[in-house]
Parts: sequence; C-alpha cells; structure tokens
Amino acid sequence: MADITLTKKDFTSDQEVRWCPGCGDYSILSTMQSYLPELGIERENIVFISGIGCSSRFPYYLNTFGMHSIHGRAPTIATGLAISRPDLTIFVVTGDGDALSIGGNHLIHSLRRNIELKILLFNNRIYGLTKGQYSPTSEQGKITKSTPLGSLDTPFNPISLALGAEASFVARTVDSDRKHLTETLRAATAHKGSALIEIYQNCPIFNDGAFDMVTDKETKGGALLQLVHGQPIKSETHGLVHSGASLKVVELASVPESELVVHDAHNPDPAYAFALSRLSSSALDHVPVGVFRDVERSGYGSLVNSQVGEIIAAQGAGDIGKLLNSGDTWSVD
Amino acid sequence: MAIKPLCHSQKSDLEQGENLGEGASLFFSKWQDERVAKPVLSLNQVTIRFAGDSGDGMQLTGDRFTMDTASLGNDLSTLPNFPAEIRAPQGTLLGVSSFQLHFADHLVQTPGDAPDILVAMNPAALKANIGDLQRGATIIVDKDEFTTRNLTRVGYLQNPLEDGSLESYKIHAVPLTSLTVAALSQLSLSRKEAERSKNMFALGLLTWMYHRPTASTENFLKVKFSKKPEILEANLLAYRTGWNYGETTEDFSVSYEIAPAKMPPGRYRNISGNTAMAYGLIAASQRSGLKLFLGSYPITPASDILHELSKHKKFGVISFQAEDEIAAIGSALGASYGGSLGITTTSGPGVALKSEMIGLGVMLELPLIIIDVQRGGPSTGLPTKTEQADLLQAMFGRNGESPVAVIAPSSPSDCFAIAMEAARIATTYRVPVIILSDGYIANGSEPWKIPEVDSLPDLHVEFAKSQENFQPYLRDPKTLARPWAIPGTKGIEHRIGGLEKADVTGEISYEATNHDLMVRARAAKVAGIEVPNLAVDDPTGEADVLLLGWGSTFGPIASAVEMLRNNGEHIAQAHLRYINPFPRNLGDVLKKYSKVIVPEMNLGQLSMLLRSQYLKDVIGYNMVRGLPFTTSEIVEATMEVLHG
Ligand SMILES: Cc1ncc(C[n+]2csc(CCOP(=O)(O)OP(=O)(O)O)c2C)c(N)n1
Ligand code: SF4
Ligand SMILES: [Mg+2]
Repeated sequence: MADITLTKKDFTSDQEVRWCPGCGDYSILSTMQSYLPELGIERENIVFISGIGCSSRFPYYLNTFGMHSIHGRAPTIATGLAISRPDLTIFVVTGDGDALSIGGNHLIHSLRRNIELKILLFNNRIYGLTKGQYSPTSEQGKITKSTPLGSLDTPFNPISLALGAEASFVARTVDSDRKHLTETLRAATAHKGSALIEIYQNCPIFNDGAFDMVTDKETKGGALLQLVHGQPIKSETHGLVHSGASLKVVELASVPESELVVHDAHNPDPAYAFALSRLSSSALDHVPVGVFRDVERSGYGSLVNSQVGEIIAAQGAGDIGKLLNSGDTWSVD
Repeated sequence: MAIKPLCHSQKSDLEQGENLGEGASLFFSKWQDERVAKPVLSLNQVTIRFAGDSGDGMQLTGDRFTMDTASLGNDLSTLPNFPAEIRAPQGTLLGVSSFQLHFADHLVQTPGDAPDILVAMNPAALKANIGDLQRGATIIVDKDEFTTRNLTRVGYLQNPLEDGSLESYKIHAVPLTSLTVAALSQLSLSRKEAERSKNMFALGLLTWMYHRPTASTENFLKVKFSKKPEILEANLLAYRTGWNYGETTEDFSVSYEIAPAKMPPGRYRNISGNTAMAYGLIAASQRSGLKLFLGSYPITPASDILHELSKHKKFGVISFQAEDEIAAIGSALGASYGGSLGITTTSGPGVALKSEMIGLGVMLELPLIIIDVQRGGPSTGLPTKTEQADLLQAMFGRNGESPVAVIAPSSPSDCFAIAMEAARIATTYRVPVIILSDGYIANGSEPWKIPEVDSLPDLHVEFAKSQENFQPYLRDPKTLARPWAIPGTKGIEHRIGGLEKADVTGEISYEATNHDLMVRARAAKVAGIEVPNLAVDDPTGEADVLLLGWGSTFGPIASAVEMLRNNGEHIAQAHLRYINPFPRNLGDVLKKYSKVIVPEMNLGQLSMLLRSQYLKDVIGYNMVRGLPFTTSEIVEATMEVLHG
C-alpha cells in the first residue's frame, strides 16, 4: 500500500462544516481527516455511514463515499454493504441517542454478529440536534427541557452494553485528545470484525462541561485510567488492583506497582473487560480509556462469503436453466 | 474459516435419496397394472378438498395429490387454508386445516367454488367444511373419529353419519384409522405412530379413485423418510392399503379419469407463488449480473421466499435474516448502494415498519425491491389468510411525497415474471418497487410452462464510471434516473442522504424552489416508468361492462367472465399488473365502458385510485373474508350490474 500517498486535504470535502463553534465534533473530524491517509486505503474504498443527529453530519465533511441515513438505522445499511462488499472499509458514525435509543437493537445485533464495521459512537450525553433533551447516557436527575424536574431513568454504560452484546473490540476515548483518539482509531481499524469506539464528545450548547473531569488539566490526570495492553492500569494518582472477583481503584501510593492489574485486552473472558467497564460512573472520577477488549472472532461478512464460496467450490455455480427445470416436470407436445 | 451447520436435516434431495430404507423397494411396484374391472367414468373437472386437524398432514396430502395430478397433464389450481397456530387444539373447529385442488381437462383459473368431494378426517373437519358443499357432493370421512367425545367437542349432539342429516350427500364412512392401524400391525410401531399414517391411507384411496400415478409420491416418501425406515414403511403401506381399499371394497364402485388439458407445448412444472417469486429473483440476478442480496425477517405468508432463496447460495445469493424488518430493508438498501440487487420480503405489518427506509430509498434514488405478501389486516390480523388491503399502504404509506412503483402478480406462476419486472424497473429508474403478492398467490400453485433461459429479459445495468466533476443527481433525460454510483469507483466519491438534495449536485439544499423541483422530479420519474398498455379482452366488441381487477383476483374474474360469456352475456375483462404507474391507456379503457366493476379483497382501494385519477365512478365489489372470491360470487355481482 506504500504507493498510496494521500494527505489530510485529500480527505476533506468541499462542504462548509456546520457544527456550533466549540463543538467536540470538530476535533474528532479533524483527527479523522489526519488519520485516514495513514490507513493506506484509496478514498473510493472508504465509506462513512451515519444516522441522524449533529454527529451524523460527519460523512458530509469527508471526501470519501458517504451516506447520511435515517435515525438509528445506520448499522443496518452498513451491514448490507459490508456483507455484499467485503472489499470496502466501512465506518458508522452515530450519537448516543442514535445508537442507544432508537437504534439500540441494531447496535447490539451488529456487534454480536461481528459485522466488519468501525462504529464511532459520539457520546455527548444529550440530544444535540433536537435541542437538548436528555439521552440514554444522561446521568440520572439530568435537568433538560423534557425533564424539568430531573430525569428518572438509569443511564446506559455503552461499553458494558457492547460487551454484553459480545463485541469483539470495544474502546473509549475523548474528543479533544487527538493522540489518544488516533491510537484508538488505529487499533480499531487493525481489528477485523466489529469495533465500537465510544468517544466522549462535548456539546457546548446543551451539555457543556459534561466531560470536564476527563478533559480539564487539573483533574484528567487523576481521572483517566489508561488501558494499554501489557501495562499496569493506572492514572497519575490511582491504580487498579484485584479485589476478590472484582476490580478496585486504589491510590497509587497505597500499593506496590507489582500489585497493579496488568491490562490484557486479548483476555478471552469478557467478564474482565466488563469489570473494567463498571469502574466508570456518571461522576467520571475514574474513567478507563483505551481498548477494553480486542479479541479475534470471525467477521460475519467473511463467514457469509466463505459459505457461498464453499458451496460454489463444492457444487459449481448455479445453473438457472437447471433450477427452473428441477422437481417434478412433464412435457406437453 | 467455515461454520459447520449444527443440523443436517436440510440435505439435498439427491443425497437423501441414495440411502433408502430397508424394505422400501418392496412397495415400489406398478400398482396401476393390478386394477381389476370396475367401471371408470370420465369427468371434465373435479374439485377436491382435504380437511383435517392441523396435525393430520392435510397440506402434505394435498401437495402430493397436486403433484401427481400435475404430472398427468391436467390444468389445476390450489388453495391451502390453515390456521395461524402451529397446533391449534386438536379436534376443534379452530384447528381445521384444509387443502383444495381444482383440476380439469381444460384451462383452470380458480381452486374451484364448491368441492365435489370432501375428505374429512374428523367431525371438526366435516362441520367446518360442509357448508361449502352442494347437495350431491361426495364426502369421505374417517368413521373412527366420530366418537361421542369428538362429536360433542364441536357441538354435534348426534352423530351426523347416523341421524340422516347428510342424506343429500354421498357418504363414504371409512374406518380409516383402524384400517391403517391394522395394516401396520406387522410393524413395531406404537398405535399413535401408526395412526399418523392415516393421511397416506386417504391419499392412496383418492389416488385410486382418480387414477393418479403413484411413483412420484412413493419417491417423495422415500426421500423424506430415508433416515427413518420404519416410518417410511408405515407410510408406503398405508398409502397402498388406501389404494387397495378403493380397488377391493364395494363401497367404492367407480373410479374416475380426467383427460389431460390442452396446453401449449413445452416443459411444465407445478409452482407456488412464493417459489416462483424466489426463482424470478434469482433469474433477475443472473440476467442482470447483479449479486442478489435478500434482507428479511420471518413473517407469514412471506417466509417461504426467504427459505427458498436461502437454499440457492450456489447462485451467489446472500440471504440475511435480520433482527427486525427495519434492519432487513436497511441491509437491502445498503447492499443496493453497493451495487447489488437489494431485496426485502415481508407482509403488511413488516411494510409498516419499513416505511421510513422506503422513504430513504425514494430520496437516495437507489434500486430496491420490497415484496409484500399481503395477509388479512389490520395489525396482526389474519396471518394465514389472504387479502388485498395493503394497496394504499404501498402507494402512500410514507411521510412526504414519496412515490414508488407498485406492481402485482396475477397468479402464482406470474410471480416469476413480476419479480423480473420489479428488477427491471428498480434498476432502470433507481427507485423502490413494491410487489403486492398475497397469501392466496403465495401458497396456491398451478402448472407453469418453464421458460427458456435465453428468452428471459436482458437486465444488464451500467454503473457510473470513474470521471471528473461527477454529479450524483444529474438525471438521465429519458428515464430521469440518477447515476447508480457505487463505492469503489475512483473519482466519484460523493455523499448522499435523506436530507433534500440540490438538483444535479446532490448537495444538501433547503431552498424552496429546489424542493418543489425535486419533489416533482421524483414524481415525474415514477409516473414516466414505461409499462405495457392494458390489454382488454372483449371478443365481440359489444360489451358495455368491464370487469377490472388487480393481483390475485385474476383467476376468479377470468372464470366468471368465461361463465358469463357461455351464458350469452357480453362482458369485457382487463387486469392490472401495474398500479403505479397505471398503464397509459387506462383512462381510455375506462371511458370506453359505461360500467366498470372492480372486484377487490378490500373495501375499495383500487376503486379509490381510479375514481381520483380518472373521475370514473367505478362499481366496487368488495369482500374481506380472508379467502379468494368464488367464480359464482363474481358472476352474481356482474349479473346484478348487467340486469339490475
Ligand atoms: C424517526 C425519527 N425520530 C426522531 C427524529 C428526531 N431526532 C433527530 S436527531 C435526534 C437525537 C439525536 O441525538 P444523538 O443521537 O445523541 O445525536 P447528537 O445530535 O447528540 O449528536 C432525534 C430525536 C428523527 N430525525 N427521526
Ligand atoms: S448542538 Fe451540541 S453537539 Fe450539536 S453541533 Fe452544537 S455543540 Fe455540537
Ligand atoms: Mg448526543
């Protein structure tokens, strides 16, 4: 692929970007445009498919193939494309409402099937496009236009949900951390099956500061537990230790480094990654970021295509004349 | 890597046939040669109804009799009718399942109004079906099932076989269960297992009565039970015992022959609507060179198309059982975006769920085929019964001005041609096409003259090529279609979506005049789809009344027209396979006749369209009973219009 030399500019479309000033979507877009040349894939072989929401405008700004579809259904369209066109590299761009509310069913099923899709879930914990109602990731008690007395429902933890759906690759990153976002994209695109990346994304208009804990210089060092395969899991101030069957965050000073849990993203037991996912609460005081789980499992599209390939190899390609004349037939002279 | 199937029950017929059960060949003799002299009567046509409990195997029995009849060269039409429950309570009216077959030495258009002969496997089957018989009809019942318990269960206070209430029918009370069990006593089967072969006894008896060949059913059983030699033997024995019963007992004194029908020369097979639809889709994929992608979610009565297509992966068919109807059509649209022939199959409730995605297909202007095998509605309605009440849903059931093409097959075998037509329209005009089939067409069957592959339409399509300054919404001046521009084509990378598009460039546009222009452009594209003119059958040219149908009402209307003409009436007939757009000459046709009768299995949906588009006050004839019209109903309704 060395002969493909593209630049950020090649991936930038001529469309005027129309997010609000300061929206976290800008930095995700810019990071993506910078990252794509590194993939070494021609623009025509990359497709971005999105649902509906502020975040779902993403495909318009990339000079690849793209489809801005309907609310919640991007994974379904991407599924048909991925199965029928295994030659393409397909990204799904979705919001917390799009992926987890109206499209929740499609998200879990594409993850369990392990469709060859890279799903980027822009989580701003709010409905942006419809002007600020609470979302399935909003913290309980959230005051919004539709919940003036505070929301009552328990939020989803998207990482736990994806792991529960048997996702083979699950990661979390933050909009403003270009380096970490790029590394996460790199890991996701190297993965063969479905990859879900939750991206914490600030919506300065309707949910400003939702992720201050993990973006503020003051707090982020202590809040972000870095998940690096083969490395002890820790933030600048805290670390992770085993506690019975579970995991516990402790002050770094209180334990020797050797007692810290060493991250194993390839652990076949999903219970481990699930336990990691439970560490983050709405308060965001300890938030694991990085790749929670990255295990090998056959992608659905490749299974479908090899099933078709094998039957043709074994029996030869179908003959329509033979098919029409199959079964009990008779002649009239 | 390959995933090995967990169960092996789906082996191909050929593979299974190689492993015949022991002792099977014993019965593989030519029974026909053994006939002793009993009078044989010739008939022109017969309508038989097999009825029993849903567990009695009536659909299978009917299917076998149909195949044996088709291979004799009779023309035929079938009507399976079964409850929505897999096993409704045994012996109840609710649980009755039936299969009706009309066959003749001439052209057959319907499964027959009233059965000439009813096979009733229990009192419930008798009670549920007797009302459809005319006096003088023949009834064969399983006498053993007429116990006090079974009789009271369906409300018979006395045994109808004994109380004289069936005097006006020819009754054959055959101890079907006990004869079957006795015949099978040499096998080491439980009584229950032995009883299960009684449908084969009934089939054997009818096979004798109507001089049907036996080899194909014997072969069928051998394949079906190749892994269960005992059950195979039981079925073959019961089949033969039934045949012998007709041959030897005094109860049956005559048998009947029905000469083959005169059909155009060629090779034939019997085919159901759902199978023909699946074959038509595969043929469309072959003739277009497009990969067939089916996204589907199981629903009665459409599931058999999914099942059939799933068998034919050899043709490169991808069949994807999605998590719901929305995902099913979404995946089909995604595949279509990638350059496949994207198809989704469903019934009315599924169409309701797919509406928003059909709208996206309209906006994206991509080919898409939606097959709605209609059933009784609204809501879950009558899952296993037929109806035509999704017509307006297909036409208008979406937000905004959202025109799609709508076409409808007129018979089971017509599903083959209609599937290819859907592919032609979808790929030429880049538009969603809805095919309105229905439960009657889907499950009913008829002989089909197998077409030559070379005679099938050429459906070749061109994708947009690599080019500079690509304009995704630049329309072809003739078809008004936009380019089909698939990912993987260098230089034409572009973005599309559900937001309104600017003309030519396809960029997002909220501009007022552009929206008006695009709404009209999408409408004009669909209105301009080329469809054949409506053919009118009016042999004398003197008719003043036109019978106009669409979809599955073709058979009953055609046979009513034939009957009316035989009675000296002048009547014209025309049938719409294209509903959106209507044939160009439809307005002229409507003008030509002073009265137009429109029979529909809904409350007047085509009538509404005709009135609004042509200001013609057509006369609706409407019934929604979950069953096709009978010939006599349409005859009567027409006579009413003709003579008041
Ligand atoms: C069928 C349907 N229902 C509702 C909407 C309105 N709607 C558009 S976006 C949206 C929620 C968006 O929230 P999210 O997915 O979190 O995206 P964000 O705008 O926050 O990026 C809703 C409810 C719609 N477009 N379609
Ligand atoms: S509303 Fe929020 S999420 Fe949407 S563009 Fe504006 S800042 Fe971004
Ligand atoms: Mg959101």
